Amino acid sequence: MTERLDVIVIGAGHNGLVCAERLARAGRKVVVLERREQVGGMTETIEFAPGYRASACAQFLYDLPMSTVDELGLVSHGLTMDPRPLDTVALAPDTEPRVFSSNRTSTLPGMDASAWPAFRKHMLDLAGFIEHIKQRPPPKLHQRDRADLLGLAGMGLALRRLGTDDMREFLRLITSNVYDLLCEHFEDPVVRGAIGFDAVLGTHLGPRSPGSVLTLLHRWSRGGGPVQPIGGLGAVSSALAASARAAGVHVRTESGVRNINVHAGRAIGVTLNDGSTLEAQDIVSNVDPRRTLLDLVGARHIDIGLARRFHRIRAKGTAARMLLALDGLPEAPSGNDRLLRQRLVVAGDLDELERAYNPVKYGEFSPKPALEISVPTLSDPALAPAGHHVVSITAQYAPLRPEGGWTTSRRDAFADAIRNTLDAALPGVARHIVAEDLLVPDDLESRYGITGGHWHHGELALDQFLFTRPVAFGAQYRQALAGLTLCSAGAHPGGHVSGHAGRHAAAAILRRGTES
Amino acid sequence: MKTYDAIVIGAGHNGLTNAAFLAKAGLSVLVVEKNDYIGGAAVSRTLHDDWVYSNCSYVCSLLRPELHRALDLARHGLQITPYYGGATFMENGDYLGSYPDPDLAHREYARHSRHDADAKLRYRAETMRQCRLIRDFLLRTPPDPTSLKPRNLKSLAELAAPFLALDDTALYDTWRFWSMSIGDYLDEFFETDVIKGALAGSGIIGTALGPYSPGSAYVLLHHYMGDVDGSIGAWGFARGGMGAVSDALASALKSYGGDIRTEADVDSILVRNGKACGVALTDGTELRAKVVVSNLDVKRTFLKCMDHRDLPDAFIQRVKHFRTRGSSGKLNIALDGLPTFPALPVGSPLIDGDLHFVDSMARLERAYDDWKNKTWSKDPYLDLIIPTLTDPTMAPPGKHYMSVFVQYCPPELDTGPWTDDAREAFGRTVIEQIARYSPDFESLIKHVEIRTPRELEAEIGLTGGNIFQGELTLDQLLFNRPVPGYAQYRSPVKNLYMCGSATHPGGGVMAAPGANAAREILSDLRRPNTVPENFGDD
Amino acid sequence: MSTLGIDLRIRHTPFHPRTREANLLNRWHSWQGFTVADAYFDADLEYFAVRNATGVFDLSPMTKYRISGPEALAYLDRLLTRDVTKLKPGRVAYAVWCDDAGKVIDDGTLFHLDDGTYRLCSQEYHLEWLQAAALGFDVLVQDETDSIAALAIQGPTSCAVLGAFGFANLPSLKPFGLRDDQVEGWNVTVSRTGFTGDLGYELWIDPEDALAIWDRLFDAGRPYGIKPMGGDALQMARIEAGFIQAGCDFLPADRLVRPGRARSPFELGLGWLVDFNKPHFSGRAALALENDVGSRWELVRLLVDGNKPARDAYLYGSARAPIGFVTSAMWSPVAKQNIALGTIERGKRRGSLKAEIFYQRELHWSRVLADCQTVEGPFFDPPRRRTTPALLR
Repeated sequence: MTERLDVIVIGAGHNGLVCAERLARAGRKVVVLERREQVGGMTETIEFAPGYRASACAQFLYDLPMSTVDELGLVSHGLTMDPRPLDTVALAPDTEPRVFSSNRTSTLPGMDASAWPAFRKHMLDLAGFIEHIKQRPPPKLHQRDRADLLGLAGMGLALRRLGTDDMREFLRLITSNVYDLLCEHFEDPVVRGAIGFDAVLGTHLGPRSPGSVLTLLHRWSRGGGPVQPIGGLGAVSSALAASARAAGVHVRTESGVRNINVHAGRAIGVTLNDGSTLEAQDIVSNVDPRRTLLDLVGARHIDIGLARRFHRIRAKGTAARMLLALDGLPEAPSGNDRLLRQRLVVAGDLDELERAYNPVKYGEFSPKPALEISVPTLSDPALAPAGHHVVSITAQYAPLRPEGGWTTSRRDAFADAIRNTLDAALPGVARHIVAEDLLVPDDLESRYGITGGHWHHGELALDQFLFTRPVAFGAQYRQALAGLTLCSAGAHPGGHVSGHAGRHAAAAILRRGTES
Repeated sequence: MKTYDAIVIGAGHNGLTNAAFLAKAGLSVLVVEKNDYIGGAAVSRTLHDDWVYSNCSYVCSLLRPELHRALDLARHGLQITPYYGGATFMENGDYLGSYPDPDLAHREYARHSRHDADAKLRYRAETMRQCRLIRDFLLRTPPDPTSLKPRNLKSLAELAAPFLALDDTALYDTWRFWSMSIGDYLDEFFETDVIKGALAGSGIIGTALGPYSPGSAYVLLHHYMGDVDGSIGAWGFARGGMGAVSDALASALKSYGGDIRTEADVDSILVRNGKACGVALTDGTELRAKVVVSNLDVKRTFLKCMDHRDLPDAFIQRVKHFRTRGSSGKLNIALDGLPTFPALPVGSPLIDGDLHFVDSMARLERAYDDWKNKTWSKDPYLDLIIPTLTDPTMAPPGKHYMSVFVQYCPPELDTGPWTDDAREAFGRTVIEQIARYSPDFESLIKHVEIRTPRELEAEIGLTGGNIFQGELTLDQLLFNRPVPGYAQYRSPVKNLYMCGSATHPGGGVMAAPGANAAREILSDLRRPNTVPENFGDD
Repeated sequence: MSTLGIDLRIRHTPFHPRTREANLLNRWHSWQGFTVADAYFDADLEYFAVRNATGVFDLSPMTKYRISGPEALAYLDRLLTRDVTKLKPGRVAYAVWCDDAGKVIDDGTLFHLDDGTYRLCSQEYHLEWLQAAALGFDVLVQDETDSIAALAIQGPTSCAVLGAFGFANLPSLKPFGLRDDQVEGWNVTVSRTGFTGDLGYELWIDPEDALAIWDRLFDAGRPYGIKPMGGDALQMARIEAGFIQAGCDFLPADRLVRPGRARSPFELGLGWLVDFNKPHFSGRAALALENDVGSRWELVRLLVDGNKPARDAYLYGSARAPIGFVTSAMWSPVAKQNIALGTIERGKRRGSLKAEIFYQRELHWSRVLADCQTVEGPFFDPPRRRTTPALLR
């Protein structure tokens, strides 16, 4: 049976849902096809042990614009969150926690206390330019038509608006490394390490790697403050799905797509795993770009050079997730319960962080991983049985596939490494553990179907940014194949739960609609 | 007291070049040099019997032929001779030869991988495309992208022109190339470890980056963009050692009426009313000049030789943060005879070239990890060459001089500053690395000079022992070199200029920074320009 | 001593012991690293052997790729610009392949060996590109250059020579036909193909059999005027036939450094090889666009006035600035014409083309401005090239 639609969106991750909602609001008949039983993709909340739930992958929102929350009516569709960002608390054994705050007094030692607000402001000023870029589709460098020239000129103006000094600083820092930047500004190794971790989280970079300032600015482009919705990140997906449905989108779960069908050089529909087909004017893929083009479309339908570009997208995930079910709370840092509710970071100093990075280059995991930790049950007790708690951890660095694979013993060894690092920073936590779940990049790849298990659907780096994200000649959402639009984090402007790529992709489709 | 038109601090090759072009324009010029010999890091030293060591820089490719001709360096005795190819030795006993002839090179690559042999053809074209873009820019002053002055806009437009002429593919590939790691870049072409390892070496020489650090692809370009007689990417020797470059420059300078004073260590740069007006030497002598040009690295110039009150705070901060961590060491070895490398076929000409001993990028990356951990690489990348196979002037007949460049070697150890014992241990590591591939090598050693960043800093004054006077990373290149806003050879102090490798286009015995600075100085003084333009690639 | 190193200095074809003996002039060049003859005894007379009797050319260094696997055909159809689905087993097709921008990477001949197995022969090396093209296809691409020796036997008596050699029913083999045969116990694949524009065949054999086959061939061919032929003679024949050659009339698009130097099939006069009625092939979108808006360059076949070969000549339209240049040129002995292949900027021509020819006589250079007339197709195109059954003399 073949059903005629305006738009098919493959994948009900957050970008797919945003894109579908925008298109449906504009009057398109849209169906979203999701392979799994529930929506959300990596933006989901899972029950990792009976009675214990937590965000499966991303655990914080950094980047979701309030305008999107408002326009899509996410609050009325059930999203509850305190929009005030959490503090970041850097923990290190045998020393006081360092608190980084955007709206309260920070407790950083010595000179760093005054250096932090100045540094933060300076970075946010520069990150404003990155936010300008994120808010817009990337212009083409070639084929200089009016829209592209305006886009380039707009970028130039936004850069100039920084003023001469900041513009110079931006042009220097954009290719620079966060290690040296932080050594320039801070004295305390723990402070440096914690900010450095923000730069490398979710990337295949160490703090010394050039390009790590770009990833910091990317994370901080909207202030850098983490927010945790009630119910975990799955609540965002649920609200997005509700919003999409309210707009008239048909969201079909357990509808995995086997193929994107191409006829006469144009994507015209999809074949589902059950063999049924659907056709539509526009096919939108929230699947990562490499899988979309090489597995769903097939290299044979695009040029050889372009297929090679998609094949070579760098996407080796390094972030693992560990979820712990606890029968009680660990000791709060410095006995301050408020701190336990914040975003906790255990990264050591920059050299330790760099040493944590080294093994992943050779396909090995960090014996002393860097951790981003939260205890979501403190603000959202419903995530665990009464009196019990959940600790949600992102751990770096874990290789995609170590030599010999992620065997049980290797998983156990890595889990031990995480637990040991955790226990040193939050003494006593280990004895409360009643259940745990570890998701390594390989698991993320197979569970969510994302190449390399990479959060951003492709490494976020200058060579895979803006004009060349996901690839050259594929950066404008609709460029790779007629009728096909890419809307995932693999497209500009990359990951974090922001919905930017979904919005830009929808806009690209609608723009075409008004032009033709 | 005589007032010179210009005093140049430091008789390194850029200082001499700068002085020569100024003198050629009719200026009275004095070069002051702290050592009792000239040349800075382009020297030929006799440290053992009749052996001559190019004990710092050791090969030559980047020296701009335009400058060579304009200063008549051939008449002043400089002769650059290319050398033949090279080899990378493999742990399994095989080797990968690097032949200058493309046909032979293809056959050798095909011996390791047919795929990679063919991929090399595309690789060559793509890297050559990038070389052509940058080569045009070596003898130009970088524009300031933040300035709307007509001069800058014109210069920006000139910079942009070759990029705009590119077709779409090349434009995007250029964007990617400049931001990629050499490791990721090579992974796009090749599948064989030894081929990638051999090519990646050029992406890390002299640089505190690993092959998988973004930005290292540019470093490769820096080593590819030179040429010997139009053969782009070829490297050669200065006959008589690298000191021959400095001697020829000095001779040219003198022929234009310039002076050099050695053992004249500058204590400070004199500033009156916000203008540089001369230098004070450590012996108390004061020398006056209308213009002062520093060939010292920027940290030494501005942090050691100046009163901070004469400089803007922001500038001082930037100078402090200019990365000058050394990453290289060097062994200069006098040999009783020619060592054999059994992996090479008997009579192979490859021994005349540069020899390497790291056969994969993973080994290179691990070598870099050691540097990050503040120790020298335990499995170091070596760029080993025996100049006496090409240049007979550097050792007695039948004897040989071996130059061994070592990557990585930290400016300071995890245990603290370098000690003589540590230096010996570092030398041991290098000698053992070579001996693994040459069983008779150790028995031929007559003398070894071991150099770490400490020696480079102490003798030549390079802060941190960085051979390029500052890292060649994108955040320190072009309009960012050495300090954003001060990339046009002028300092914040009037009449004080910079001409060292810390300025665009960076290090590598190019002489371009010195020449570019001379052009800017002559323009400020409203003197006719004596600095030639690019020959230009057709 | 080297244990693993091999001698890279010289690569010899399996016929080298014979070609060395035959090469009275001792004139050689390197073809992809193989030592091959420029000429054996007299390039002109070797050329005349092709046009008048039989010339034998050692084709072994030709790059050969074996393409096999269930999706070999789908793979080739996506790689090549022409529709090869109609190419039956036992048939050969001339083809080009392009990069994404629709610029020619190389041209070559595609042999359909058995159902599902193909051989692609080209002048240059392309394993990297051909393997990149295999992404997403169930196909195996292997370089088999070294495992197959090849001879081109070209000229009006070539069919008779091969008949005497032992082939049965060869005259019935059509142009671009291909056949596996057993002769005297040797497995020989014979195709009616060549690079001379004349009646001719190519033999594809096991390198082990090379010398014995060479000897038998020359014994069999003696009554028919068989001669070995070097690269110089082949060049003459191919220019007369109007064939273009990689490295001469165009360069592989993926090896070029300077912008604007690559050529599309349209710009090489090979538009007939581009089929927009088949499924996707690499470069299709760019070629469709070019087909709409027009090409920048145009290949021209020229009859040049006078008798001074127009090698490397500039080509002028009416204006003063040159609008193109000659890429191949010669005096055609058989057509008694001064001929050339060249490239001009399309649409720049006003009136007749002129070639600015410089030539040297006893150190002194002279210059002529020769009128040129453009022609379509080959300069020399004898009916025997196509006639089936093939002529025997």
